[in-house]
Amino acid sequence: MTLAAFTPAAPVRKSWFERLGIGHVLLGAFLLLYPLIASDFFLTTIGGYSMILGMIALSLMLLAGYGGMVSLAQITIAGVAAYVIAIFGENNSNVHGFGWPWWIAAPFGIFLAALFSAMFGWIAVRTEGIYTIMITLAIATASFYFAQQNYTLFNGFPGYSGLRAPEAFGLYWREPRPFYYLCLACAALAYAAVLYGSRSTFGLTLQAIRDNPRRMRAIGYDVTAHKVFAWFLSGLIAGTAGVLLAWFNGRISPGTIAVGPAINILIIAIIGGLRHPIGPFLGAVVVVLMQTFAIDIVGAERFNTLIGLFFLVIVFVSPDGILGLWERFKPSQDRDGWHSRPDGTGV
Amino acid sequence: MEHNVAASRLQGTGAHALELDGVARHFGALVALTGITMRIAPGERRAVLGSNGAGKTTLFNAVTGDFLPTAGRIRFFGEDITALAPHERIRRGLRRTYQISQLFTNLSVLDSIYLACRGVSRRRFSLLRPSLSDPNMAQAESIMHVVHLDADRDKLVGTLSHGQQRQLEIALALAGAPRFILFDEPAAGLSPTERRDLVAILNALPKYIGYIIIEHDLDVALRVSEYVSMMHNGRLFKEGTPEEIENDPMVQEIYLGGGHG
Ligand SMILES: Nc1ncnc2c1ncn2[C@@H]1O[C@H](COP(=O)(O)OP(=O)(O)OP(=O)(O)O)[C@@H](O)[C@H]1O
Ligand SMILES: [Mg+2]
Repeated sequence: MTLAAFTPAAPVRKSWFERLGIGHVLLGAFLLLYPLIASDFFLTTIGGYSMILGMIALSLMLLAGYGGMVSLAQITIAGVAAYVIAIFGENNSNVHGFGWPWWIAAPFGIFLAALFSAMFGWIAVRTEGIYTIMITLAIATASFYFAQQNYTLFNGFPGYSGLRAPEAFGLYWREPRPFYYLCLACAALAYAAVLYGSRSTFGLTLQAIRDNPRRMRAIGYDVTAHKVFAWFLSGLIAGTAGVLLAWFNGRISPGTIAVGPAINILIIAIIGGLRHPIGPFLGAVVVVLMQTFAIDIVGAERFNTLIGLFFLVIVFVSPDGILGLWERFKPSQDRDGWHSRPDGTGV
Repeated sequence: MEHNVAASRLQGTGAHALELDGVARHFGALVALTGITMRIAPGERRAVLGSNGAGKTTLFNAVTGDFLPTAGRIRFFGEDITALAPHERIRRGLRRTYQISQLFTNLSVLDSIYLACRGVSRRRFSLLRPSLSDPNMAQAESIMHVVHLDADRDKLVGTLSHGQQRQLEIALALAGAPRFILFDEPAAGLSPTERRDLVAILNALPKYIGYIIIEHDLDVALRVSEYVSMMHNGRLFKEGTPEEIENDPMVQEIYLGGGHG
């Protein structure tokens, strides 16, 4: 093995603006200016809510797209953080409510959510494919029933209400504009972290494990440890979204973490596409818009049928979701800033 | 060198690169391996020959821990590794290639080799992107050069030709300062030119790196090894120099004759 001197071709240095990509710049500008044109309803109920659901779906995309682990327990993980801020922060249900300030309760909730996520992961990584889905569905279902029946900790069926985004830095974060920007900041941070991470050493490791765990062991990696850590990271994102979700709804109850919402997250992620972290957010916008407006048109009864049909059509037409449709019909290569590679490693 | 190898093989003591004692592996009622006792000196290059289903790949799986042996002990440079997890064995300097390529289909060639270099370093875990000055990246580049994959550095592994995938298999085993490598039919499906390249790569390995190579092609096997073990029905039945093996009547009957296939 004569390791001949090899000089790599000088990498082409791009400016930060070029590397950001025109797609990101345009999208960022639109999202920053969106409050100028949007009503409070569109700001919070559509905008903020889409970004919260998008983040939970992003936490699934990280596991499924890069790690090959499809989880149905992401809403449960978000729920952990939501219950933590209800129990340790303030609520008006007269149960618990230790009154911790938000800057302790929220990070604590997110961290605990990540720990639970790692624990779920540790249980689930012994399985593969359909069995991972089944075991996480079992975890989600069991958590739902436990929260519903346990009054000492979860306050049972009614759960906790009176949860509010705090006043801090001179702003009322529960008001539409500040809350929108709060959601946007968290979503953008999570998105950027996943996008950057996809090309990090850990990101490559995770994708390699998805492709061939046996070979990963044979080049020295502890496959289980890496997978469990991916669950931990995913839990940080889902937990953050869980805190925002509690503030958005003003409450947390078992209904929020029921099986329906759990499956909803999977539907969002798949409708949007699992190959690039923008996919979950696209899916969330579509589903939230449908949820909001289709109910008026077709009625609540038939709404699930409509979502189901839409899901089938998307999966049938484009297995990579809306992202896949875009890849197929976009005007030309590289005009946008996504640069999505087929492996989902992104920019 | 030859002399030392022969001497330490006979003694059965001291730190062998690899030492197997009564290793067996059963799959239900099927005895895939039984009573394998084998000593390989550091730096020794050994060929394992045997007909299909003789248990050669199973032997490798037992050594690397892909499947644990049902019985017996395995020592690697004096340390008992019988119960270690596969990645722990790799971190001690053991490497392998697979008969059927086990690669990362959706990663690029360079990223695959980079991960292999990184996997045995202490810094294998990082949330940062590899920097341009990353020593593992430089190492990956030079290994990529050794197996002639420079031109395909950014190609996705799934798009490589069969021959290139076999080269990458070898690259993954060369990464990160190996001490001992198990090659499972690296020449299978290669063109004559690619075979010559393979022989050149193996012969150019530093002398301290020992290996076992499973090879159906006697021509290749005898050019890259100094000692040969014959397997049949899960047993080692003959060991010797290439000449001894070629002239052994039993070998000719079982292997070179009709037994093959
Ligand atoms: N995972 C397994 N489960 C059950 N049986 C197995 C398994 N792996 C190998 N075997 C059996 O063990 C025996 C030895 O197989 P092995 O793959 O080690 O043979 P080999 O010498 O490598 O053959 P080849 O030259 O075809 O690669 C075969 O009969 C095979 O069917
Ligand atoms: Mg074999």
